[in-house]
Amino acid sequence: MTQQDADPSSLYAVREPVFPRRVKGKFRTLKWWLLGLMLGIYYITPWIRWDRGPNLPDQAVLLDISGRRFFFFMVEIWPHEFYFVAGLLIMAGLGLFLFTSAAGRVWCGYACPQTVWTDLFILVERWVEGDRNARIRLHRQPWNWEKLIKNGVKWWIWLLIGLATGGAWVFYFTDAPTLLHDLVTFQAHPAAYITMLILTFTTFFFGGFAREQICIYACPWPRIQAAMMDEDTLTIGYREWRGEPRGKQTVEGNGDCIDCMACVNVCPMGIDIRDGQQLACITCGLCIDACNDVMDRIGKPRDLIGYLALTDETRERAGEPAKSVWSHVFRVRTVLYTVLWAGVGIGLVVALFLRSPIDVSVTPVRNPTFVTLSDGSIRNAYDLRLRNMQGADAEFTINVTSAARVETGLEGIDGLTVTVPANQTMSQRVYLTAAAGSEAATADRTDVRIWIEQLGTTNRVHHDTIFNGKEN
Amino acid sequence: MCAKPIKKEPREVETTGHQWDGIEELNNPMPRWWVWTFYATIVWGIGSSDLYPAWPLITQATPGLLGFSTRANAAAEIASWDARNAAIKERLVAADLNAIGADADLAGFAERAGAAVFRTNCATCHGSGAAGVVGKGYPNLLDDDWLWGGTMEDIHLTITHGIRNTTDPDARYSEMPKFGVDELLEPAQIGQVAEYVLAMSGQDHDAAAAAEGATLFAENCGACHMEDGAGDPTQGAPQLNDAIWLYGGSREAIIETITYARFGVMPNWNKRLSEDEIRAVAFYVHGRGGGE
Repeated sequence: MTQQDADPSSLYAVREPVFPRRVKGKFRTLKWWLLGLMLGIYYITPWIRWDRGPNLPDQAVLLDISGRRFFFFMVEIWPHEFYFVAGLLIMAGLGLFLFTSAAGRVWCGYACPQTVWTDLFILVERWVEGDRNARIRLHRQPWNWEKLIKNGVKWWIWLLIGLATGGAWVFYFTDAPTLLHDLVTFQAHPAAYITMLILTFTTFFFGGFAREQICIYACPWPRIQAAMMDEDTLTIGYREWRGEPRGKQTVEGNGDCIDCMACVNVCPMGIDIRDGQQLACITCGLCIDACNDVMDRIGKPRDLIGYLALTDETRERAGEPAKSVWSHVFRVRTVLYTVLWAGVGIGLVVALFLRSPIDVSVTPVRNPTFVTLSDGSIRNAYDLRLRNMQGADAEFTINVTSAARVETGLEGIDGLTVTVPANQTMSQRVYLTAAAGSEAATADRTDVRIWIEQLGTTNRVHHDTIFNGKEN
Repeated sequence: MCAKPIKKEPREVETTGHQWDGIEELNNPMPRWWVWTFYATIVWGIGSSDLYPAWPLITQATPGLLGFSTRANAAAEIASWDARNAAIKERLVAADLNAIGADADLAGFAERAGAAVFRTNCATCHGSGAAGVVGKGYPNLLDDDWLWGGTMEDIHLTITHGIRNTTDPDARYSEMPKFGVDELLEPAQIGQVAEYVLAMSGQDHDAAAAAEGATLFAENCGACHMEDGAGDPTQGAPQLNDAIWLYGGSREAIIETITYARFGVMPNWNKRLSEDEIRAVAFYVHGRGGGE
């Protein structure tokens, strides 16, 4: 990343374009598989159907913003259950801690959308323009028809990929087949088109032009990750003690590195890993593949560049073998992260199975705390929110148990039964009345428990609250 | 001014040539597009402050070429909601007062709209929780005691024309005589009537004085408050044989009421509120727990 041609006194430098060469090897193969898997999940998920009965959408994964509901296969999350989302975010955070402390920036190198889409865009670039040398030649030649056509074709393919990316995104928020039909017949909501437009151009720009600049200048994650790595964390390193002095193999005393620049040429970040671990390195492993290929050809042992930890360096310099990968991965720290991660996960699954299909919240009316009726009795009011999370209407009966006698009544309804329509939330005001001079009417406060039972089922929930008497 | 920049070997970081105590100042140049982005934000800022209100002057900010105004936006939003609610408001005005509750859409709208109208206009006297101010003459709207009737029609009529005001000839009106000030009753007699009122409402009282007071009550008060003290909502005469007191139910408060009389006033809302708002707030008040 040195600036050979720039004005040395300048505080700003022109970006040096990076032309990663094609490479083959186990990390490249792994990355192709992961790319296919993750893009497949991203593009296909909105089209998976899941039958939920008549009144609910049949899309397996759906973020229904206007309906304030989140559907994920058999799970249905209501707004009051947002702690599930919080739990998932905590799991995602702990998962990142775990992977980072064990294997460094694996997220950056293999799974980050910026890496995955850039990889895909570089693949397109190679199909259209050829490999590294051809691309450099094209880049340096003045604008002519060849350059214009090749760049034009490349940009159109990028834009189409961007459009598919933005398109897939909006399908997560509403019924995908309906939206696709609306989109192509120009009947969809403007928000869908605007979202697609923005994502198309961010994908096009970030994957096609900004590339490594996003990781180096825009992303906070490389800065945070350093805090989660320690001397046992696996990162990609150059075995300088084996490779140096670099140069021709025919010269006596030279190390294993023949300074062929293969590791630099394949690097999508445009760095030289032989300078040591650095902020710009996303640990994608492509330099390992490139170097191993060269080592095989010149008949030297593999892994001149490889996954290693700081502790390995000390050991290897002293002539001892490096620790095994597993002893780097299974450490107190990583086991602790795994236990925490699994604990949150098990907690969420348990919460998911224990949750009731009905949900009730009770808010005692505190303005005023009580009302004196004409016969001198004391009445308290409570606002109930009854949530019926089932596909059919439900009848709820409301009962009260209390330390001292109170009578129960409902606003606007004779009797104690409320009908809540399917998949809806309803407010109902409940009155508790204590006769004039009775224990509850004269006590400062009486504990009451409001029971809500769904007729014909075993669904029953209760809520503890307070009955306020007249202060005298 | 500064020393010459020094280029080092390839792969080493360039320095600015500055050196203090052997410590060199490195130069890691920012990418060029970064500074372009910075210039772009300046251009954007100039454009934005031309188009939108930006620079503060003495009384207001520069208006901007687009004429953007949050106040106008709010007005437009209110107008658009009015347009969207026009149909349901029409239905609310056309509906039978007692049928509003049976129509889920109308009831939901009236409840919400009524709550907003109540908090804006009624809460000043009746309290944000509609509990009034007990003993100070601002009636509690949550209980089952109604001075002027608690049916939807009664509440609607009371809100529309108000009570004892001078601004609406159709205001609901009645006036209690000032028995003490106008010397209609002797102070001793007022005391006896007060004992009888205490007796009616089941409070501690002097039985002998109350017996005297019963006759006086029948002669002077019974016409409006009824002989048994049940009151008369058609003329706003409060029920006296219950536990609810608009101006306090103690002996002193009752004597004060009989001596000086009471004259509670409520404004007419037909000038301030539209018919749909009056109906909505009537429905809201009716649904607070005391509606008849």
